[in-house]
This record gives sequence, C-alpha cells and structure tokens, in this order.
Amino acid sequence: MNAANYLYLSALLFTIGAVGVVIRRNAIVVFMCIELMLNAANLSFVTFSRINGDLNGQVIAFFTMVVAACEVVVGLAIIVTIYRSRRSASIDDASLLKR
Amino acid sequence: MMTSTTLVYLIALPLAGSAILLLAGRRSDKWGHLLATGLSASSFFVGLYQLSLMLGRSNSERPITQKLFEWISVGTFKIDASLMLDQLSICFVLLITGVGTLIHIYSISYMSHDADRRRFFAFLNLFIAAMLLLVLGDSYLNLYVGWEGVGLASYLLIGFWNQKPAYATASKKAFVMNRVGDMGLSFAIMIAFATMGTVSFSGVKAAVDHTSTAALTSIGIMLLVAATGKSAQFPLQAWLGDAMAGPTPVSALIHAATMVTAGVYLITRSNFIFDAAPTAQLLVVIVGAITLMFGALIGTAKDDIKKALAASTMSQIGYMILGAGLGPVGYAFAIMHLLTHGFFKAGMFLGAGSVMHGMNDEVNMRKYGALRKFMPITFATFGLGYLAILGVPPFAGFYSKDMIIETAFNSGGAKGIILGCVTLLGAGITAFYMTRVMILTFTGKSRWDDEAHPHESPWLMWLPMAILAIGSVTSGYLLSHGDALVNWLSPLFENHAEHAELLSPLVVSGLALAMVAIGIAIAFIKYSRNEVAAVAPTDVSIFTTIARQDLLQDRFNEAVFMAPGKVLTAVLVKTDEAVIDGAVRGAGRIALGSGSALRGVQTGFVRSYAALILLGAVALVAAIWVVTQ
Repeated sequence: MNAANYLYLSALLFTIGAVGVVIRRNAIVVFMCIELMLNAANLSFVTFSRINGDLNGQVIAFFTMVVAACEVVVGLAIIVTIYRSRRSASIDDASLLKR
Repeated sequence: MMTSTTLVYLIALPLAGSAILLLAGRRSDKWGHLLATGLSASSFFVGLYQLSLMLGRSNSERPITQKLFEWISVGTFKIDASLMLDQLSICFVLLITGVGTLIHIYSISYMSHDADRRRFFAFLNLFIAAMLLLVLGDSYLNLYVGWEGVGLASYLLIGFWNQKPAYATASKKAFVMNRVGDMGLSFAIMIAFATMGTVSFSGVKAAVDHTSTAALTSIGIMLLVAATGKSAQFPLQAWLGDAMAGPTPVSALIHAATMVTAGVYLITRSNFIFDAAPTAQLLVVIVGAITLMFGALIGTAKDDIKKALAASTMSQIGYMILGAGLGPVGYAFAIMHLLTHGFFKAGMFLGAGSVMHGMNDEVNMRKYGALRKFMPITFATFGLGYLAILGVPPFAGFYSKDMIIETAFNSGGAKGIILGCVTLLGAGITAFYMTRVMILTFTGKSRWDDEAHPHESPWLMWLPMAILAIGSVTSGYLLSHGDALVNWLSPLFENHAEHAELLSPLVVSGLALAMVAIGIAIAFIKYSRNEVAAVAPTDVSIFTTIARQDLLQDRFNEAVFMAPGKVLTAVLVKTDEAVIDGAVRGAGRIALGSGSALRGVQTGFVRSYAALILLGAVALVAAIWVVTQ
C-alpha cells in the first residue's frame, strides 16, 4: 500500500483536530481535538519512519505519547477544577483575563 | 630674580579671614568684623615690610618671586602658581590693603546695624585676597584667577542686599557685563599661548620680538576688551552706575579705588604688547577718550550722589586708560593718577556714605542741602577730595591729571591736539559736575524730608575719611616730587625718546585751571544763584534727558543685544517644544497608539488565540513552501 495515503490520512486527522479546537466550545471536546492533532502528528512520524527505513520517527512518536499523557493529566485536572467552580465546561465562559 | 617665602602671606591672611568668617557662620558675628579688619591691616603691614625690603635693594634686584606649587604640567608646557612682586605690584598692594583696611574700619560702624555684617566682612576679605592675587600673579593665567575672583566678590557685594530685586538685578548685570570682558582676557591668553607658547609675563615679553604684529594686535585688542569690562570703559561701562546698589564702602573700595582700576593695571602690565602693537594702542587711547567724555557727561545729569560719583569714576578711569594708551611716556602717569584717584575718590565715596548715614540712606542730592553745618568733618574731607579731583594745586589731582593732559598734548600731530582738547574739556566738565555735587549737598537751603535728622558720623567713620583726605592732599606731591613714581617704575617700561614739546607744563596747567574755573563758574551760576528744586524738573532739554539715561547706553544694549537675544531664545524655545519635545512625545504617542490598536486582538477567548496560532503556523508553512519551491 502506498505510504502517501497514511500522510493524507494524517493531514485529514490534523485538520479535523485543528478545526475542532477553533470552532468547538466544550472544553472536553477541544481537548480531544488536541489529542487528535497529536496523534495525527504521530501517524506522520511513524509513516516517515517507515519511508526512510529508520527508527527515529518511531522513537519521537513514543516521546509524543508521553507528552500527551502528561498533558492529559494536567489539562483534565484544570478542566475539572474550572467545572467545579463555574458549573460549566465552556471555554468561552472562561475569558476572565480580558477584564 | 630673587625668591621670597613671605609673599604668600599677603594673600593668605585675608583669604583665611574670609574662610573663617564664612565657615564659622553666626558664631563669629561678635568678633568677625574685628578679625577681618585685623587681617586686612596685617596684610598691609606685610606689604609695608616688602616695600622696606625692596627699597633696600638695587633697582634691578627689586622684583621678587615666590613659587607656590606646580599648577599645570602638560608635556613640556608648565605653569606654576607663582607670585611676583615688582615695582608696579607693590604700588597696587599698598593701595589695595591700605585703602582696603581704612574701608574695613569705616564699615565696622557703617554696617553696624546690619544683621549680616559678618558676611559683609567675609566678602570684603575675599575681595582683598582676590585683588592681591590679580596684581601679584606672575602670568596671565594667575592674573586671570584673581580677575575672576574680584568679579565674584564684586557680584556678591553689589547684591549684598539682594532681598531687593533691583539690587539683585544690578549685581547680575555687573556680573554678566564683566563676563563679556573676561572672555576677552581668556581669548588674549589663548592667542598668546597659541602664538608664543607661554603665558607668563616674562615669557610673553621675551617672545614679543619674534611674534607677528597681527598676533600682538589681536592680543592687545582682546586685553583692551578685558579692561573695558572690568574698568567700566566704553562700550562695556553700563554696569557701573547700577553697581552703586551695593553698600557704600563697597562702592568706595571696589567700584572706585581698586577693582575698576584692574583694567589700567592689565594694560600697564602688558606694556610690551601694546608698545609693539600701535593699532591696539591707538584703540586704547580712543576708548579712554570716549569714556572720559561719556562719564563726565553722565555725571552732569545724575541726582543720585553715588551715581554722580560713579560717572566720575568712569571718567577718571578714562583718563588713566588714555594715559596708559599713550605708550611708555604715559604708563607711569596713568598709575600715578590711579593712586591719587584711589585716595580722593574713595574718600569722597566714604563721604557720600557718611551723608547717607546721616540722612536715612537718602541718595537724592536734591533732598540734601545745607549739610555743611551739620556734618563739618564730612564736608571738610569731601571738600579736600573735591579740590583734588578738580586738579587745584597743590592737591593730588593737579599733579596726576595735568601730567596726563600734558602727555596727551605732546603725543604729537593731530592726535595730540584732539586728545589734549578732550582731556581739557573733560577737566572742565569734571569741575562743573563736582561743583554741582558740592553745592547741592553741602550749601544752599535745606531740602530734607521731614524725618531727616542729619548728624555727623561716629569717629570710626570719619577717621578713615580724614586719612584718605590727607592722602588726597599730599599723595600727588609725594609721588611726583623729583619724579619719584616715574623713576620707581622706569625699569618696567621701555625707555622712550622725548617727544617734541607742544605745550610747556606751565601752559597746560594754566589751560586746565582756566577750564576748571569756567566749570566751577557755570555750576555756581546754575545751582547756587537759583533755588534748586527738590524734585528733578521734567521740562529739561533733550540732552539732559539723554544724559540722565546714561547716554542711552542701556537702551542701546537692549535694542542691539537683548532684543535679538530674546528673539533667538524665543525661536529656540519654540524649536525645543516643536522638534525635540515633539519627537519625544511622538515616540510615546506611537507606542500608545499601536498598543491600543493591538489591544483589540486580545479577546480573552482561547479559541481566537488558537485560531491565530493556527493561522501563524499555516502562514509559516506557506512561506517555507514558497521559499523552497
């Protein structure tokens, strides 16, 4: 199977994620879209690793997963805290820095 | 040249007095005036001691010098702070410390009601020290330090009662006009350094022979500018009248006897330059002749007794400058007139102070009159000074002023005749305005204000006046007897060939006395026969009006120098506001404007930030793509 197809898929997933971050208001959904973009990047790394025939891309993908895991921990904690105090997970409501 | 170790005490004593009085502050209020007077007197005695030593040496060994410390040392160029006492300096040293001490004594009583008497004495001592440094410096640079020092002391003392804004302005005016002259002196020093590589008197004197006439002329003119500033000569004379704002002892010491004669000293000291630069010398004579008439004419119209005497000082210094400009033959006569003038003018100023003391500080002569009976001692001492300045034999002015008139007549050609006539006419006008002062003040009917209670001054005041009056009577005879002063000073000046005599001394004296008699007669007819109005009449001729306004000198200065200066500063202020401030404010406004414009981007919505990041990333990728294609 042509390796370029994986790259197209990766681009598609990334675009979905990016558009999701920009247009959705629910913090959990935005968060999932970020995960989607990270994984789209991972897919690209792995594909390039396959194309070039070395393991560098795969190693980077592992790093990305670790970073993503950490990010999930911190991010979810923040979202839960905000939800507790404001009874809302809408990110547009949390625009208090403007004022 | 012999060296000495005691010269420095001349300056150190009064300088220490000034420092002690200023640093000790109010604690020295009780004894400060006594200390200052004592130190000034001891400086006078050091001067007398030096004179006695000098008299014991032969003519060529008389100048002595003392090196204080190495002042400037740059490569091969060295200037020491050294003092030099020669036949010329000793005359000044004795005049400054002698008259200075008498005026210190006078001031003890005159200033006794002033809360700041100690500060006054501190400044007087500072002046004595600076003036001594001026005449003892052995180079133009050392002289310059003293030159600035007397300017400072003069400024401080004119503005001594600076709580009155007019007095503070007068001191500022004197200082600023003196600065113009000081610039001339600094230029002269710079030119001397650039062309001769030295600024010491002996060095410059030795270098004169191989220096171009152009350089010597420019040095001479710059020295003349300096002299006009300090000595209140045309065209920088306007400050002297206002300087009378200072306490009267200051007017007597600084603005009559000593500081204002510094210009004459400078020109006489620089005789080797002026002898080699005839153009500069001619300018000196012209300045002297103009100021002589200028001061005399102003003196005829002043009702303020101190301003009338100030105008007279200006005129008499004009005589000295003129004498000094007549070359080798005139220097000694200029110095002689300077010394006799120091006696009689200081005496008359102290007399004026005594009159003011008894008349509630009234200075308007139209409000005096008939004071002869109430102030006999003041009248007598003032009268002797009056006879001396007129040049009535055998009083001091007869010897010194007639010498200058005679020298002027004999200076040769049309120049001699013009100068001779100017000096003769000046003598006549001097007689007129001094007689006017005498008549208005001491004779006629009283025109006092009701609260005036004229009385004779205490002995501390009349004693110095009496001593100065004795000097006014005898100094001329003593100095000219057997050409004493001329011979004493002769080693300093080039020997000169005798000019052909146009008029004999006897004829000159006769002419001068005739002019004086005419002047006195006119004054008597005008002021003694008629009643003098207590208020200055306003329906006077245009000439009187102009003379009352100092011959429009202030108007001229304001129109020619002040008005363009004001326009220039107005333009500069506008430029500053528009360009400099505009640039600074503009930069601020740009930062503020761009800030508030960019603030719109900061919405506070996470999603818009994310969209911007995305947009940025896409733009970056697009840019890389375009570049790498």
